[in-house]
Amino acid sequence: MPKLIKDGALTPDRWTVLKEASGPEVLRALPGKNLIVPFKFWKNYQAELKDYAGGLAIWLDSDENVADIGEPLHAFALIALNFPKFSDGRSYTNARALREHFKYQGEIRAMGDVLRDQLYYMSRCGFNAFDLRHDQDENLCLQAFSDFKTGYQATITEPLPLFRRR
Amino acid sequence: MYRYDNYDHQMLADRVAQFRDQTNRFLSGKLEDSEFLPLRLQNGLYIQRLAPMLRIAVPYGLLSSTQLRKLAHIARYYDKGYGHFTTRQNIQFNWPQLEDVPDILAHLAEVEMHAIQTSGNCIRNTTTDQFAGVAPDELEDARPYCEIIRQWSTFHPEFAFLPRKFKIAVCGTKIDQAATQVHDIGVYLVKGPAETIGFRILAGGGLGRTPVIGQEVFKFVEKQHLLTALEAILRVYNREGRRDNKYKARIKILVKELGVAEFTTKVMAEWAVIKDSALTLTDAEIARCKSFFTDPNYADLSNEPAELTRHLQDNVLFANWYEQNVRPHKMPGYAIATVSFKETGVAPGDVTDRQLEHLAALAESYSFGEVRVSHHQNIVLADVRQDQLFTLWQALSSQSLASHNLGLLTDIICCPGGDFCALANAKSIPIAEAVQRRFSDLTELKNIGQMNLNISGCMNACGHHHVGNIGILGVDKKGEEYYQISLGGSSKNEASLGKIIGPSFAQEEIPDVVEKIVNVYKAQREPGEKFIDTYNRIGIDPFKESVYAKVD
Repeated sequence: MPKLIKDGALTPDRWTVLKEASGPEVLRALPGKNLIVPFKFWKNYQAELKDYAGGLAIWLDSDENVADIGEPLHAFALIALNFPKFSDGRSYTNARALREHFKYQGEIRAMGDVLRDQLYYMSRCGFNAFDLRHDQDENLCLQAFSDFKTGYQATITEPLPLFRRR
Repeated sequence: MYRYDNYDHQMLADRVAQFRDQTNRFLSGKLEDSEFLPLRLQNGLYIQRLAPMLRIAVPYGLLSSTQLRKLAHIARYYDKGYGHFTTRQNIQFNWPQLEDVPDILAHLAEVEMHAIQTSGNCIRNTTTDQFAGVAPDELEDARPYCEIIRQWSTFHPEFAFLPRKFKIAVCGTKIDQAATQVHDIGVYLVKGPAETIGFRILAGGGLGRTPVIGQEVFKFVEKQHLLTALEAILRVYNREGRRDNKYKARIKILVKELGVAEFTTKVMAEWAVIKDSALTLTDAEIARCKSFFTDPNYADLSNEPAELTRHLQDNVLFANWYEQNVRPHKMPGYAIATVSFKETGVAPGDVTDRQLEHLAALAESYSFGEVRVSHHQNIVLADVRQDQLFTLWQALSSQSLASHNLGLLTDIICCPGGDFCALANAKSIPIAEAVQRRFSDLTELKNIGQMNLNISGCMNACGHHHVGNIGILGVDKKGEEYYQISLGGSSKNEASLGKIIGPSFAQEEIPDVVEKIVNVYKAQREPGEKFIDTYNRIGIDPFKESVYAKVD
């Protein structure tokens, strides 16, 4: 059973992640779903994907750059960013770039190695949905967002740095 | 020094609670070792060869008497009665129990201290010149900017999982005492257009396996843009730094592989977006941080008071200490005194609980209740009245803290090495001691003059061997401990990296080798030449010939 926290609450997940996809024919086997497809797959088959009868979103791996999505970015209701390992910090920068550089307003979802002890930092970088690794205790995870009452930096959850608030 | 307000205290309390919870989950098996690892490292906790090691942050090296007493308490109750000053101005304890660490952190929080980000792949303690604020040649005190950087980097949510560790140094003095050029980012206070003071920023310096001197990314940036400039550099590094090989993951490799021009272009593109954002420093914030580092209540005094002159004439030991360990101060009648922690027979940088308490008392009596840790692993009393230097020296002598070898060959920088560290290839403390024993004659040491010898037990270069005039590196040769020697390194303004002299040596050969090197210098030096000057003039060959000469 997947465990999804969205906007601070456990939420049923209506999206399916397509981890890998070789060609557009895989879509025919999955009609009418809400799919999160790999960014490369979407880039290669944009024409074929236009006709897909269902919701469509993309996920980017940590070595991909959200700047490469281009204009269609705002058409996606959801963009997922993968953590291949929790210790790979690149997706934090991608999340901030989505929110701050591109003013992306949709859902930014953390997927992959998403663990309790990183949720607070992720949320401050602009993630608002967390597809927890299967072994994580979802109730413990819900507490993670209040690990700290405030922080020094300018972030997505606190746009003013502490020195402009104290 | 900087004092915490409610916000700072709250964050520290939250951190202690968070780490207590993480430790409990680890001990009860709910948190895997590999997942606990970066969490404990970002709280300064290593699992070492003999026991855990806890590294406590000393922001830019500054400690109050209250904090020193707390460290003494921790040394006594949670350790075996001593700690160790590191080459990054921190202090570490070698014998705490894992389950005690949350309590130790709670003790530290009471005195506005912590172990946050003293290890792990994140932004580490920001360091500076140990003479900041009192040096006569200073453009501006670097400490307020170190504090600004400390706050920005503490719990920075985007940069907690960088490709590798990240070290920043700030320098505001003409003579760079902070090894600024061999940091991931080196920040210099400089004069820019229209005499305004701002920053010159280098990136890509570092020691370790591939030592590199940093290159200029920002020629001049106004003060208010300091944090956005740093954030731009970090963001490019976080995104593009290599993660496939930990030995190629430091920013120096990225800057080298891209070239500094290309790297700078990327940083500028990033900076263009965030420059003038809310992260831009305000005049009010700069003024607030500066207000914690104003001058203490100096008395109106003159230089070279009669008491000092008299004692210098009467007491040769005091005069020796004065000559080696005391430096000029910006205020008339004051001096900067350095307490050497390089007593022969004691591991360089080691300090006992009692010594910490004595330092606390001495700081209160002689230096407005504050000390600084230098990256040379010594302690600085920065504001001593010249007419009180003699009584200070007497007090230090009674605690075996009056070694007068500052800046001399036996003022060795040394990592804990194979005696403690799990990463080390070889021991380093016994090497330091053997060299100190060989050069035990002060007259001879002074004859040799200013010279520094740095020892690291492995490639990670915690002992800064690359920038030692003589650098000694422990290497593993088919399971045996050997030592590679390099010459000509310097961390001063004209920073340079040492050159390896040739095949490595066994431990027992080192004192002889060092003596041969010193003898070549003594034979070849011209009047007034320091070791490094002679080396730069004559090159490595004469040293090589002497060291590897066949014995008939």
